[in-house]
Amino acid sequence: MLDLLSYGATGWGDELLQGAGMTLLVAVLAYLIGLGAGCLTAAAKLSGPLPLRWLAATYTTVVRGVPALLVIWLLFYGGSGLVGWMAGLFGYGGRVELSAFAVGVASVGLVSGAYAAEVIRGAVQAVPKGQLEAARALGMHRLLILRRILAPQALRYALPGLGNVWQMTLKDTTLVSVVSLAELMRQAYVASGSTRQPFLFYLVAALVYLVITTLSETGFRALSRRADRGVRRATA
Amino acid sequence: MTLSAAAAKSVPAVQVEGLHKRFGENEVLKGVSLSAAQGEVVALIGSSGSGKSTLLRCINLLETPDDGRVLIQGEEIAMKKDRAGRAQPADSRQVDRIRQRCGMVFQSFNLWTHMTVLENIIEAPVHVLGRNREEAVARAESLLAKVGLSAKRDAYPSQMSGGQQQRAAIARMLAMDPQVMLFDEPTSALDPELVGEVLKVMRDLANEGATMLLVTHEMAFAREVSHKVVFLHQGRIEEQGTPDELFGNPQSERCRQFLMREGGR
Repeated sequence: MLDLLSYGATGWGDELLQGAGMTLLVAVLAYLIGLGAGCLTAAAKLSGPLPLRWLAATYTTVVRGVPALLVIWLLFYGGSGLVGWMAGLFGYGGRVELSAFAVGVASVGLVSGAYAAEVIRGAVQAVPKGQLEAARALGMHRLLILRRILAPQALRYALPGLGNVWQMTLKDTTLVSVVSLAELMRQAYVASGSTRQPFLFYLVAALVYLVITTLSETGFRALSRRADRGVRRATA
Repeated sequence: MTLSAAAAKSVPAVQVEGLHKRFGENEVLKGVSLSAAQGEVVALIGSSGSGKSTLLRCINLLETPDDGRVLIQGEEIAMKKDRAGRAQPADSRQVDRIRQRCGMVFQSFNLWTHMTVLENIIEAPVHVLGRNREEAVARAESLLAKVGLSAKRDAYPSQMSGGQQQRAAIARMLAMDPQVMLFDEPTSALDPELVGEVLKVMRDLANEGATMLLVTHEMAFAREVSHKVVFLHQGRIEEQGTPDELFGNPQSERCRQFLMREGGR
């Protein structure tokens, strides 16, 4: 049975490995997009002008309130419609289909960003006001305070939450299999269909996800230790 | 003394005119005017809620006064009204510049918790004044020696007592070579046995001729180091004078009562 997992023409090992690679690629890109969107959204919520604040609130409310699977469907069909319409404006009349990869990254990133925004907003608000006042009183300007004081201190509060967002993002990539992107979940599904060994392949997929999450948890813990320098832990 | 030095001497280090500040319905400052000459130590006293901390925080624009003028060494901080009619600094760069000349020490120290003491001290000289790092470190080390904290150079704030943190915060302020020093209840958060070490550093500064504005509940210290004592009551200056006048022979009934209460603590 284990030769089903071997690497080569007869086994599914290479497909699974490629799938795992695709899963990681989608997850990392979506997470980076999410972090960017999260920072911008948090900034808009905390100190943007009213229209931007309103936009940011709508984004986080809608995207967090709708199942991620639906976000993917909506973006996949809505996105092709939109791009088709724009192509039509430039005289292109054919049917447009967006790449599953692009839609997958964009939609998972969109979901990731909505959660990251809330984590980052909470972290920024958790920084004691006195820390920023001390910087202002020394004549530091806004961007310098952001870079040297606010960001490092907020990171300390944000990291545990951002670690959760990463795990969620990684797992949300499984949903992209519905648009036939060949990531780990999709490969396991295809393999179990053609070999009639669903338990074996889903178990292997589960183990691969577990390895990735366990390794990344270790990474986040190391980052947290670094960000927490100078802080006495309550439970040390 | 040259002519320009004499002229500089005659310009007050800090001048405040007709300062008003309200928080919502609550008017905390109701038209306060005050000046501190170069090298003068001014103590602001009064019960809590009298507006003395707010007054201090208006001088470096940590609070934005609703009305009135603030001048630092003769330079007026330009204000404008925003669309909602609230007063705002007209030029944030001017405010940053003024703050570089006006150091402040806080009740809760506010050392940056993610940096060591040394990093705290060199942060603004390096990133605001653009001094080179070695120079800033050398200066920080001499300041640490001055406040008696040479051994704590690489400690994080969380590893230090309140008195040590406050002395480090004073060193951080001094690293900017401030022309004016604002102390906002610097010993109020300290255990009684740690108050003395902070007051000693401040006494040294006063003796070296620093211009200081000091909000404090330490009446004996205010009497000892200050040249002028200002008693605030409900957002107004009720009485001011030399320490001997104000502590020895207070004119207003409220000031008399306040001093009796404080003295009895």
